[in-house]
Amino acid sequence: MKRFIGFIQKEFYHIFRDTRSLFILFGMPIAQIMLFGFAITNEINNVDIAILDHAKDATTEEIINKISSSKYFSIKQMITREADIETAFQKGKIKAVLNFEKDFAKNLVVEESAKVQIITDATDPNTANAITNYITSILQNYQQSLNKDIQLDYQIIPQTRMVYNAELKSVFMFVPGVMTIILMLVSAMMTSISITREKELGTMEILLVSPLKPFQVIIGKVVPYIFLSIINAAIIVLLSIFIFKMPVEGSLFLLGAESVLFIITSLALGILISTIAKTQQSAMMISLMGLMLPVILLSGFIFPISSMPTVLQIISNIIPAKWFIIIIKGIMLKGVELTYIWKETLILIGMTVFFIVLSIKKYKIRLE
Amino acid sequence: MKTENVIEVQDLTKAFGDFKAVNAISFEVKKGEIFGFLGANGAGKTTAIKMLIGISHPTSGRAKVVGYDVFTQPESIKKNIGYMSQRFALYDDLTVNENINFFGGIYGLSRVQIREKRKQLIEELGLEDVADKLVGALPLGWKQKLSFSVSLFHDPKIVFLDEPTGGVDPITRRQFWEMIYKAADQGTTIFVTTHYMDEAEYCDRVSIMVEGRIEALDTPKKLKQQFGVDSMNDVFLKLARNIE
Repeated sequence: MKRFIGFIQKEFYHIFRDTRSLFILFGMPIAQIMLFGFAITNEINNVDIAILDHAKDATTEEIINKISSSKYFSIKQMITREADIETAFQKGKIKAVLNFEKDFAKNLVVEESAKVQIITDATDPNTANAITNYITSILQNYQQSLNKDIQLDYQIIPQTRMVYNAELKSVFMFVPGVMTIILMLVSAMMTSISITREKELGTMEILLVSPLKPFQVIIGKVVPYIFLSIINAAIIVLLSIFIFKMPVEGSLFLLGAESVLFIITSLALGILISTIAKTQQSAMMISLMGLMLPVILLSGFIFPISSMPTVLQIISNIIPAKWFIIIIKGIMLKGVELTYIWKETLILIGMTVFFIVLSIKKYKIRLE
Repeated sequence: MKTENVIEVQDLTKAFGDFKAVNAISFEVKKGEIFGFLGANGAGKTTAIKMLIGISHPTSGRAKVVGYDVFTQPESIKKNIGYMSQRFALYDDLTVNENINFFGGIYGLSRVQIREKRKQLIEELGLEDVADKLVGALPLGWKQKLSFSVSLFHDPKIVFLDEPTGGVDPITRRQFWEMIYKAADQGTTIFVTTHYMDEAEYCDRVSIMVEGRIEALDTPKKLKQQFGVDSMNDVFLKLARNIE
């Protein structure tokens, strides 16, 4: 046991004396969280739009005021001719154009209907959708205010509630995903690099000749990263709570326990990778290509799994991150108990055991 | 006075499928001997050593190292031997002290023991000024000498040296061999492989492996007589030519 402690101590020395790994371990997570939290957002805020007002009457002025006073839009340009619409878009500064027909107010009163065209720049489809929806709802609100004295015979009044994320903050979506990626990065990639480094330097041989048992060597390599990953997870959660005001609705203890489980799953994966990779470079490549990329694309982090083709949906099931994201979102945003996520937890446990058994087998073969 | 055998090998074989990397070799090494284990690259030396130090499972034959069976007791062997290879001396990003502490620790020495022996070792090697410096900053010759001392730290009965003097200047090589003599005088058996044929002359006995078999085993003097040449280098060349 004492030999073991000395070994773990050595591992910590290695980690803290290598500035590159320190950067990946601590710098990256913080940078990523900041990036995703602040810079990258799905929300609409101060979107620049242009108005082409053929009518220039009191009604259009009211509508335009409503739009410009909303925090979502900022009226950048008033266009005078149809021909200028194209140019306005091409210059790239505006994302939408509102085109009011001539005699807008008059048509509203006389024919009880007036037309307004919403043209959106759909090179970013998601934003375009959001913009169109927001503008439409502003128009509908205005319409309702005009009609408030008229009673319709049948009314269907939808009441919408966005549960668990009332303000539709995208940070709520990103934080669980970023946390998953970082835990996986630190645990899997760093572990596999650490083990292959010993192989590359030739020190693995020395360790194998020593009285240390092979499993002690592996566990010893892994233990420091468990600690560091837990610290990382804690930092991320703290940052989310205090800087992004993202709540943790559920039990912190459960969050911690599930995080430790996922960390172990990733570590087991890292060990498995180290049995395949011969050099640190290849370990890093396999971790990045084989883990990061599928995780970012297929885990439901950014792109919803249900929108993917069936084949990819099936593949996404073998990615541990997918299950962990469900678990984290459940705990952080919905406050669920273990009873709701036992299935996903069991799947993660199963995967961990599978990876560990596979790694042990491969190591036995290697030693022969 | 009977000198015990620290290594006893009988028909030791390691086969990979049909290919016999080590083909039924037999030899003994006595306590306190400096035994040179020579052979060209690919002759099977490394494979043989791996079996003796307990990290490779033999296919057949028998071998005992420090009294323990290679097949059934490799863990006990590991506790009682030292090992140093040219590929790796010590961890470059740990200090001299930290390296010593680490290796002492994994060989089961207590803190007190480590502290005392470490002081002794550093004094003997004259490393007081660099004890807290990273090993990576030391010149190669110092690293090799330190590495050798570390391999002896837990007082093993035998130490396996795998081409320990590679890339080192002649003076340092001479100093290194003096350390080897000293250790042998104190009763530690030395099992060394090398490509430097002049180092073969320093050994008590030498074996030469060719294509998995031991083709020569005797003192350097007798081998030179046997092959009618003046140097171990020529012995080696003759053997290599015979096989072609």
